[in-house]
Amino acid sequence: MNRFLRLAALLLATAALPAFADLKILATVPEWGALARELGGDKVSVTVATGPLQDPHHVEARPSLIARARGADLVVATGAELEVGWLPMVLQQAGNPKLRPGQPGYFEAASFVALRDKPARLDRAEGDVHAEGNPHIQTDPRNVALVAAALAARLAELDPPAADWYRARHTAFAARWAAAIARWEKDAAGLRGTAVLVHHDAFPYLFAWLGMRKVATLEPKPGVEPTTAHLAQVLELLRTQPVRMVIRAAYQDERAAQWIAGRAGIKVVTLPFTVGGTDGATDLFGLYEDTVRRLKEGLK
Amino acid sequence: MNRSLLWPGALALGLCLAPAAGAADAADPGLAELRAQLRDLRQQYEARLADLERRLSAAEARTAAPAPAPVAAAPTPPPAPARAAAPVGANAFNPAVSVVLQGNYANLQRDPAGYALSGFAPGGEIGPGKRGFSLAESELALAANVDDRFSANLIASISPEDTIGVEEAYAIYTAAPAGLVPKFGRFRSGIGYLNEQHPHVFDFYGAPLAYEAMLGGQYTQDGLQLKWVTPLDTFLELGAEAGGGEGFPGTARAKNGGASGALFAHVGGDIGFSHSWRAGLSWLRTGAQGREWTQADSLGDDAVVSFTGRSDLALADFVWKWAPGGNARATNFKLQGEYLRRRERGDLAYDADGALGRNAMAPYRSTQSGWYVQGVWQFMPQWRVGLRYDRLSPGTVDYGANGQWLATDGFRPKRTALMVDWTPSEFSRIRAQFARSETLPGLADDQFFLQYILSLGAHGAHRY
Repeated sequence: MNRFLRLAALLLATAALPAFADLKILATVPEWGALARELGGDKVSVTVATGPLQDPHHVEARPSLIARARGADLVVATGAELEVGWLPMVLQQAGNPKLRPGQPGYFEAASFVALRDKPARLDRAEGDVHAEGNPHIQTDPRNVALVAAALAARLAELDPPAADWYRARHTAFAARWAAAIARWEKDAAGLRGTAVLVHHDAFPYLFAWLGMRKVATLEPKPGVEPTTAHLAQVLELLRTQPVRMVIRAAYQDERAAQWIAGRAGIKVVTLPFTVGGTDGATDLFGLYEDTVRRLKEGLK
Repeated sequence: MNRSLLWPGALALGLCLAPAAGAADAADPGLAELRAQLRDLRQQYEARLADLERRLSAAEARTAAPAPAPVAAAPTPPPAPARAAAPVGANAFNPAVSVVLQGNYANLQRDPAGYALSGFAPGGEIGPGKRGFSLAESELALAANVDDRFSANLIASISPEDTIGVEEAYAIYTAAPAGLVPKFGRFRSGIGYLNEQHPHVFDFYGAPLAYEAMLGGQYTQDGLQLKWVTPLDTFLELGAEAGGGEGFPGTARAKNGGASGALFAHVGGDIGFSHSWRAGLSWLRTGAQGREWTQADSLGDDAVVSFTGRSDLALADFVWKWAPGGNARATNFKLQGEYLRRRERGDLAYDADGALGRNAMAPYRSTQSGWYVQGVWQFMPQWRVGLRYDRLSPGTVDYGANGQWLATDGFRPKRTALMVDWTPSEFSRIRAQFARSETLPGLADDQFFLQYILSLGAHGAHRY
């Protein structure tokens, strides 16, 4: 028992050391991890809960995530029920009251942007629908700008001594970001009006941004695996509504997209969807650069 | 609130557009002045934006409400619909409700009424269930935050015999600092891996034989649990429990203070994106006061025996999961195993009810064990196959002076189960399972099960 007490005392002393002065951030998905790094620089240490090739809907409350949440000062989530299956569980088991929803340590990106596609009918027969709207907000860089402003303010609130640092970094980021958006928009001007198929309805924000048009999804309902019957229907639809390409996120099974692309004579375009999703998407800027580049490839 | 949030949105949009104009006109030297003006304008906007952000964060801190505030900012033309406000009215604070429905069809070679585990005398609900069609327990779960300090759960089970039971009814103190998670009420003990999970999330039909033999299925505490997640980089969680100890292998005892206690430690982590694991060691102590069972004695009579004493159970568990790139959606593999070892020390009354006229009391010491290992492979989306192997060892049982009447043969019960299940969505699962169960000497039982599990309502948690 004595040995146990000594161990406990040692652990507590380690935890109390001021060596970990930087803000510890747990981001649920890579894009918010990348954004936190852009805004926090070396004043933050960021852990990302999911890999770039992971379906963000389907994550488990892994032991490593509980350990990360235990020591975090801030959790940066997407919200809009994207993490509903695992984040509440992780937070409940981590015993870290700073991260409870409602506390400054709990940040939901979706509360700072206008969500699209709020379902008119809330019924699981419609598939894996999200009551608050489509949560995949990061496919429009203008949403990232809004989230960045809110996140920088939150970082400043949580770490007052470095508040000016976060503000300055945000100002610099916002300027670079605005310039980059203008560049991407100019670059992607040729995509306006392009009709596409998409595997999962993961890109409504991207399509709204670039003025593209979704004709159909390969999934019969959100989150429901494509069936041959549904794919045949989509193929039939293409006779009257031709499309230029079929789009899938890098984490999705590519067989359905290949199947329909082969029959319809269109290209499969694999988009990074998040930072790290493709080799080109090394950071937030690369994410959109690569997205636009790949979409333009699909037009050729 | 709406207005104050609209402004930074509009400003951010303005900021996005400003350099766009600048870049487009960069080639024309006549517009240098305009560019300078734009730059000035942008700097002003940025200053105002920073100021607004400060005010926004201050406003947020004041109205720290759990529901996200409705935002009317419209960054994308055409404007997307704004988010709905939180529902109002008397029902707005209703807890999250979910229901689990389960049912089976079983084809059993042997009558389940004669089910027993050779060398073990478990209590609780064990066995392969009924022959033919049957409804399993229906579960109704309610969960909500009580206030800013507590959250609570009620899980009621409605049995097919029309009785309602309280599976779990516990509260968690959510405001505890430093990684402490205090829990109290009725809850599944944190020992082992499978013990905390409800049967509807099991990967096979039925609990492992070791759980049936040592815990009568699963162990539930009526009491307190304190977990501490250590601040280490690697997940290490320590827990202690004290409870009433009425569940098997303990019995009801008129005792102040904790009649059962448990200690457990779990450690786990990731290896790259593709692998994750958890391992644990647990210990459960319970006491029995006149725990009765019927056992055939050396004369071939069915004798009622009664145990009074202490029961110590040690558990070792591990689980390892693999999914390529961490994406479990298409394919994944899960390997898990547990080893349980129980030591009982006390006195055994032979012929406790005196029906045979040979009532006698003698010291009793036993050390018994059991284990299982199982692998489940999702080979394509929605489809999984799994194999589980169960084994029990009756170990050593010292009946003392009662050894003249009682003995345990060395038969080691075992079972092999093969399952395939189809999971069309997160909320439904259909499973077929074949098992060969040899729990009594010379009496193999071929079992076939067809099972459905449906979840309605609030989204369940993806427990590890």
